Amino acid sequence: MKSAPFAYHDPTTVHELMGLLADKENAKLLAGGQSLMPMLNMRYAMPDHVIDLNGVASLAGIVETDDAIEIGAMTRQCDLMAAAPANDRFPILAEALTQVGHFQTRNRGTVGGSLCHLDPSAELPCIAAATDARLAIRGPRGEREIAMADWPLAYMTPNLEADEALIGIRLPKRTALAGQAFLEFARRHGDFAIAGVAAMVSLEGETIEGASIAVAGVGSHPIRLREVEAALEGEPANEATFKAAAREARGIEAMSDAYVSGKYRQRLTGVLVERALTKAAARAREAA
Amino acid sequence: MGVRYFGAEVRRVEDPRLVTGKGRYVDDIELPGMLEAVMVRSTEAHARIRSIDAAAARALPGVHAVFTLQDFPAEYHDRPMVQPYPAPVLLQPTTQHPLARDEVCFVGQAIAIVVAETRHIAEDAAGLVAVDYEPLPAVVDCREAVKTDAPLAHAGSPDNIVARLRVAFGEVETAFADAAHVFEERFLQHRGGCHAMECRGVIAEDRPLHDGLTIVSATQCPYLVRRNVAAYLGRDEGRVRVVAPDVGGGFGPKAGVYAEEIVVPLAAAALGRPVKWIEDRREHFVTTNTQRDQEWTLEAAVDADGKLLGVRGRVIHDNGAFVPYGLLLPMTSLTPLPGPYAVPALDVAMDVVFTNTAPNSPIRGAGRPNAAFAMERLIARVARELDLDQAEVRRRNYVPADGFPYDTGQKFRDGSAIKYDSGDFEGCLDKVVELSGYAGFAERQAEARAEGRYLGIGVSSCIEDTGVGPYEGATVRVQPDGKVQIQTGAASQGQGHETMLAQVCADRLDVALEDIYVRAADTGAFPQGVGTIGSRVAVNASTAVFDAAESVRDKALQLAAERLEASVEDLEVEDGVIGVAGVPEMKVTYGELAKQLAPMAGGPLPKGFSPGLEATSYRTSEGMPTASGSNIAEVEVDIGTGEVRVLRYSVAHDCGKMINPMMVDGQIVGGVVHGIGNALFERLVYDEAGQPLNNNYGEYLLPIATEMPPIAVTHQETPSPFNPLGIKGAGEGGTIPATAAVVAAIENALEPFDVVIRSYPVSPEELCDLIEGGGASERSA
Amino acid sequence: MKHTHRISLTVNGRPVETEVEDRLHLADFLRRELKLTGTHLGCEHGVCGACTVLVDGRAVRSCLMLAVQARGSDVTTVEGLAAEDGTLSPLQEAFREHHALQCGFCTPGMLTSLTAFLRDNPAPTDREVREAISGNICRCTGYQPIVAAALAATGDEAIEGEN
Repeated sequence: MKSAPFAYHDPTTVHELMGLLADKENAKLLAGGQSLMPMLNMRYAMPDHVIDLNGVASLAGIVETDDAIEIGAMTRQCDLMAAAPANDRFPILAEALTQVGHFQTRNRGTVGGSLCHLDPSAELPCIAAATDARLAIRGPRGEREIAMADWPLAYMTPNLEADEALIGIRLPKRTALAGQAFLEFARRHGDFAIAGVAAMVSLEGETIEGASIAVAGVGSHPIRLREVEAALEGEPANEATFKAAAREARGIEAMSDAYVSGKYRQRLTGVLVERALTKAAARAREAA
Repeated sequence: MGVRYFGAEVRRVEDPRLVTGKGRYVDDIELPGMLEAVMVRSTEAHARIRSIDAAAARALPGVHAVFTLQDFPAEYHDRPMVQPYPAPVLLQPTTQHPLARDEVCFVGQAIAIVVAETRHIAEDAAGLVAVDYEPLPAVVDCREAVKTDAPLAHAGSPDNIVARLRVAFGEVETAFADAAHVFEERFLQHRGGCHAMECRGVIAEDRPLHDGLTIVSATQCPYLVRRNVAAYLGRDEGRVRVVAPDVGGGFGPKAGVYAEEIVVPLAAAALGRPVKWIEDRREHFVTTNTQRDQEWTLEAAVDADGKLLGVRGRVIHDNGAFVPYGLLLPMTSLTPLPGPYAVPALDVAMDVVFTNTAPNSPIRGAGRPNAAFAMERLIARVARELDLDQAEVRRRNYVPADGFPYDTGQKFRDGSAIKYDSGDFEGCLDKVVELSGYAGFAERQAEARAEGRYLGIGVSSCIEDTGVGPYEGATVRVQPDGKVQIQTGAASQGQGHETMLAQVCADRLDVALEDIYVRAADTGAFPQGVGTIGSRVAVNASTAVFDAAESVRDKALQLAAERLEASVEDLEVEDGVIGVAGVPEMKVTYGELAKQLAPMAGGPLPKGFSPGLEATSYRTSEGMPTASGSNIAEVEVDIGTGEVRVLRYSVAHDCGKMINPMMVDGQIVGGVVHGIGNALFERLVYDEAGQPLNNNYGEYLLPIATEMPPIAVTHQETPSPFNPLGIKGAGEGGTIPATAAVVAAIENALEPFDVVIRSYPVSPEELCDLIEGGGASERSA
Repeated sequence: MKHTHRISLTVNGRPVETEVEDRLHLADFLRRELKLTGTHLGCEHGVCGACTVLVDGRAVRSCLMLAVQARGSDVTTVEGLAAEDGTLSPLQEAFREHHALQCGFCTPGMLTSLTAFLRDNPAPTDREVREAISGNICRCTGYQPIVAAALAATGDEAIEGEN
């Protein structure tokens, strides 16, 4: 299980990176390598060129601005887990990241790598969906920013041209609701989830003021349950409300594969939505 | 003769090299001029090969050769591999050609071997070999394969039947006629792959004018490989040397003989260079023998008190595409069926069938976990129907403690009775009931239910026939420097044989453990051996070491008596020094005696003594010592997701006298985890066309640390009367009952939903369906 | 065409400078070029953890990193865990004491993973140790003795980092 031959390139600036992307045919960007390297070893991916992003220092780091948390694409998952400004505002990040692989893979794995690989079960794209993240993309035509909702084009296919690179994501602070919870169901600790739910709730007294729910693993990409969110607004934060939300959530369109059926994914979505909302609401109460 | 090491938790002598990265596994060995090989494998489950085009691969710089079967000498073109375990009842003992001739019968079957300067180049070239296939119909499910109109796994064969087996004793018809109750059950069992963390690997070097053919292989059975490969290649066994270096786990499938053990030597011989082939994990999934489906249909005849009167039924066994290992796996699924229970009558038939999937051979426990599952599930049915406690129903059916030796009613091939040597099954159950807090479980369960949590408890009992013969051998040799060398054929794949054998020897000779070293599993260093399967090495090899050490001691004492002018009765041995009791200055060491017995040219050999302070012994047990055990699993089921968490797991095990209790516990705990993996996680998924879908560790789920419970182990020591050390094997007794215990616990947890489980591995989705639907399930394979 | 890069790095405290093929992963570099065969390949797709090594103190899968990416790094393998004089680290000793290994194939990855984990979490719970090795597969031990060894190694003796 050895990779096919390729030429390795190690740009140190975004400018150099753009030059290589423009130049090299059949190139793959190498971020943390936790998905690309297995694909190379198994020869599922056989690029002629591998462009390593690890030397582009400007791509890593976490910055807090007035209205957002900005996370560089090459920020490692282990570093994001430990970053105070991000987790003070979005504690859901660390809660989700502890379920991303294992500490050894989080030591290499990056935020941008996860978003670009766009595995339907992945936690970070799900958080990005729940927080209405904005993605910064650089290409020969300059920089563009798109909403997370516009990022997935199809199954494991991001809205990224061959000559473009993801630079970073921005989590708008206004999307951080008071109570947050990430729950997933995987067969074993660290496995890709069969289903995962990111839920955020804000309360006015015992009334739900706002809610955000994103589901991973069920569709071809993370799905926001906007109708369920809308129905929650103004409702009391109690078991009956969350059960009703779960029933509605269970109607989600779901994939089947060789291991589990869409029906089971729907069931899990309902169960996890109820549990995540309950947990998020409890946390919102604690925060109040 | 004081016992110092036997029964002590001695730290392993293997460990210092293994914790420092200085182990020497097959892939760590590099020979001068060595080339590396990669196999080209079938991508089709069943196809005729129209043509193979290797021109582009051969042209790649760095490639030394690409061999198909046709590129080897003509004598091999129509010579399938040698059946290692022939049996008259094998209707179709079909083995594969080491490289496919004109038909491939499973995805992964070897078609060609590419040999290159490096592994990387060999893989580049393998990708350039073009195989033109004509697809043939494939049969994947053994329940289909057994039907008369099923597609044939091998074109041109009469049907898919490998063998029809039957085990019968007692008056079954009468048992069923007289029964108060008759219960029928159907089970589908699937055990997955072995997944030793080290894959297989072979290095071959052929020096025909010097030492002949040397094969280094990650094998459990170097002597079987020697026999088989020599026979295939038409070589003298004495000029074929097979060495098993450090081996990273075996668990059964490494006991077989594989195509690569033929093909790599042929390539090495043709090229005149050493060649190494290392299996990668994807290959391991599809080419190392697995243990896939068995369907059991059983009926139990039971009296009004829940005592078994008879069992009858039928089994379909998926053997995969070939018969790499005789009928050992199907037979070990059938014969242990009665387990610890006194079953007066039995009649079970088994159809062993071909499918177009990876060939099957035993994995830890072989068929015993399947037999235990079937019997334990029958017992569970009896308990459910008659409203008996799980422990109580077992007590009523055990072979009683005063019933040993117990004649099972079955016979060995030589016609002698199969007997359980000793045991106390109820004693073991008592111990595990105590250890697990079984008595307090109802309260725990009720408390949890009040919180909406579903706890369950499951009991499972088993026996294990261990220590199969015919022999294992050892030479114990004292060297002139006083160090003691043990040579044996018994290979180790991590069990700690070096430590175990050294313990037995050290006590017998009264030398320090540090002064002993063990050389094992090299056919060039020790002439005859059998191999490491069926929990047999402790029973066979340590008995041989015990015996050889006894002879060495006797010889040493004889010579010492002459030298010290004392009688043997007056001598005592301590730490390798033989002295006259009460006369401290009268002493001689083993080393000095060894030197005296091995003089150089012209030197005198003591009169009446053969050269060398050494002895060789080949020993076995008189019958198969019967280990036993009872396990209790406690689980929690999340009825929302169907997730099962094993909360705690308790084992009471009886393997007779323990040589090293720490290592016995290691075998038990590791074995239990394998069984939990079978219960909850491990499934090889093939699609309808015979394509394996989950040949990676992301999708094939092995047990990991976070999912495993704390496992408590206690022991009962009922010595075996069959060997002088009183020992029984311990390698598989953890695995055999574990799956049944976990499944029983899940059922117990979901009692309010009337859930009955008839197949494993049990998936969360299946449990959700059962909870929603109520009643029993049977997964479609 | 063969693409290569010249790299220099430190492995187990010793400087190394050499030419490597671009496609060579770090595990193969350690095993094939440096003959440090203690690092094992169990799956080569990043799941089993047998190939775990420390790169600048962080535990990573060496099958999921290119050798060329280790340029300028400080790499520690299982061969580098014991003291120069061969004295085993407390964790290695604990593995022996608690029978935390059988075949020894997963052991290097367990030891490197736990060395880094215990350095950063000197007083872990049983659950935390289990999570730390949840990315390391062992088929022999059932994990329990490995957890026991890790907990024992956190006793009074401090765990050494990469020595």
